[in-house]
Amino acid sequence: MEYDIVIIGAGPAGLGAAVEAYEKGVRNILIIERDSYPGGILQQCIHNGFGLIEFKEELSGPEYAERFIEKVRKYGINMMLNTMVLNISSDKIVKAVNQENGVMEIKAKAIILAMGCRERPRGAISIPGTRPAGIFTAGTAQRYVNMEGYMPGKEIVILGSGDIGLIMARRFTLEGATVKAVVELMPYSSGLTRNIVQCLDDFGIPLLLSHTVIEIRGKERVEGVTIAQVDENKKPILSTAKYISCDTLILSVGLIPENELSKSAGIMLDPVTGGPLVNESMETNVEGIFACGNVLQVHDLVDNVTKEARLAADSAVKYINKMLIKEGRHIDVKAGSGIRYVVPQMVNYENIDDKVKFHMRPTDVYKNAYITVKSGDKQIIRKKMQRLTPGEMILIDVPKDKFLSDDLSPVGEITFEVEVV
Amino acid sequence: MVKRELTCIVCPNGCRLVVEMEGKEIVNITGYECKRGLKYAEDEIIAPKRTLTTIVKAEMGHLPVVSVRTKEPIPKELIGKAVLELSKITLKPPINVGDIVVKNILDTGVDVIATRNLYSK
Ligand SMILES: Cc1cc2nc3c(=O)[nH]c(=O)nc-3n(C[C@H](O)[C@H](O)[C@H](O)COP(=O)(O)OP(=O)(O)OC[C@H]3O[C@@H](n4cnc5c(N)ncnc54)[C@H](O)[C@@H]3O)c2cc1C
Ligand code: SF4
Repeated sequence: MEYDIVIIGAGPAGLGAAVEAYEKGVRNILIIERDSYPGGILQQCIHNGFGLIEFKEELSGPEYAERFIEKVRKYGINMMLNTMVLNISSDKIVKAVNQENGVMEIKAKAIILAMGCRERPRGAISIPGTRPAGIFTAGTAQRYVNMEGYMPGKEIVILGSGDIGLIMARRFTLEGATVKAVVELMPYSSGLTRNIVQCLDDFGIPLLLSHTVIEIRGKERVEGVTIAQVDENKKPILSTAKYISCDTLILSVGLIPENELSKSAGIMLDPVTGGPLVNESMETNVEGIFACGNVLQVHDLVDNVTKEARLAADSAVKYINKMLIKEGRHIDVKAGSGIRYVVPQMVNYENIDDKVKFHMRPTDVYKNAYITVKSGDKQIIRKKMQRLTPGEMILIDVPKDKFLSDDLSPVGEITFEVEVV
Repeated sequence: MVKRELTCIVCPNGCRLVVEMEGKEIVNITGYECKRGLKYAEDEIIAPKRTLTTIVKAEMGHLPVVSVRTKEPIPKELIGKAVLELSKITLKPPINVGDIVVKNILDTGVDVIATRNLYSK
């Protein structure tokens, strides 16, 4: 089997990339997906708020996905469902398996990685206590409640205030359960403020900032958890310990890009994002392998995933048409003070059309701050921000001419910083 | 003059809105980036509304539940009642995205629509 472009994952990133590549003229495309239905994680995100940028409408997750699924069907793009990719190699051979064909080897001219992310489980945060039934990650609970029709419990404590945790607090309440508290280690929520308003405040669910779970009790099933406030070093203050009885603990403690496959192809990962290091074209260090969506960096808005998918697909099309330029000076992109990471991590000046869109997250909450972009000592961009928080991604466009130094050659590196006034 | 601070929940931008009130009257609204935010602030002070997203039971389909939503926001105080209303119905395939599941729920003038497809097992 041979394809021009093989896309791994049929979530919004994979679907968006397939539609874009088709519309740019490529016909020989294959999408591989392990689930029995396309749409990725959006299938279980039944709340609204998707697509405002993309469709100027407020859709739920499944509706957003369906718009792309319809196009994929209409265009007749090949999609292999119930198929798991096992391995990819640096010479772009994809090994996949399904019930019908067994193990297959598929040769691709270009590959687009769109595998999304997975959730951090209990083991990743080491909570002491027993190991009873009744501990779920928020995404698993979301799939149970919204797609499979099960309720994980009746009296619930949620650890972590990421968007999925907040949204599940509302879902549990609407389904008749009692959410006793949302407990957050940091002094701020990592979710969008709109979700705190409409998922917690609307239902009177307490959000306990700078708190954590220090013990889980129960033998067969969770019976309760002990929570405590933490100090500046995130160490629990034992004198503040409080027992909450509950039958279920939901963990919403972060997402990790799904990059086991990427490693097998020799793709270099960014230790901060957990996703591949990419350039302005969303190309990894392995020529012809591109990445987009949550496998690259955890996004909070699916509209941004779609945009990134388009860019990755455009680049893959350019690559197979030999129009992606390899030579030229590479500009290093650095995260300076107040910035946790920046994607893309490097830029080839020759491939910029008119601007480069950078995604980043701040390290902390800042009010009335500026994002500044510097090349050497020279400041090239200064943008005022009402409020910065690690839960909300920042997007900054840098126009092509800003990458040039005084003598009109591309600069060696640029740095993004938060400037507090 | 009293100032009330709100977070706009219409889109993920989450603009921070300031509503200046003179008694029960809105005198000034600032902080919104688009007209929808202005409308939200007015509604939120006078009669708060929310979009309800939930699931209803399904029979003989490929999944045991179908996700649904109100087409427009409905009064916030009716959310609980609307969920009860929806717990009484059961859907059968074929269901397509956008199909009306309940017309004019609780006389709000707002329909409830399916947000996913359901096909036979
Ligand atoms: C549990 C969870 C819940 C979320 N909830 C929300 C939410 O409520 N609201 C929100 O705005 N955002 C939510 N997100 C963020 C959401 O993931 C993104 O907005 C967006 O869906 C990312 O799209 P994607 O296509 O990159 O990834 P995904 O939607 O995750 O799609 C990746 C696809 O790749 C497939 N795949 C992975 N590995 C393989 C393999 N080896 N072989 C074949 N197929 C493979 C997966 O099955 C999946 O279908 C959630 C994320 C997670 C993980
Ligand atoms: S005011 Fe407009 S842009 Fe701002 S959050 Fe509301 S809807 Fe979004």
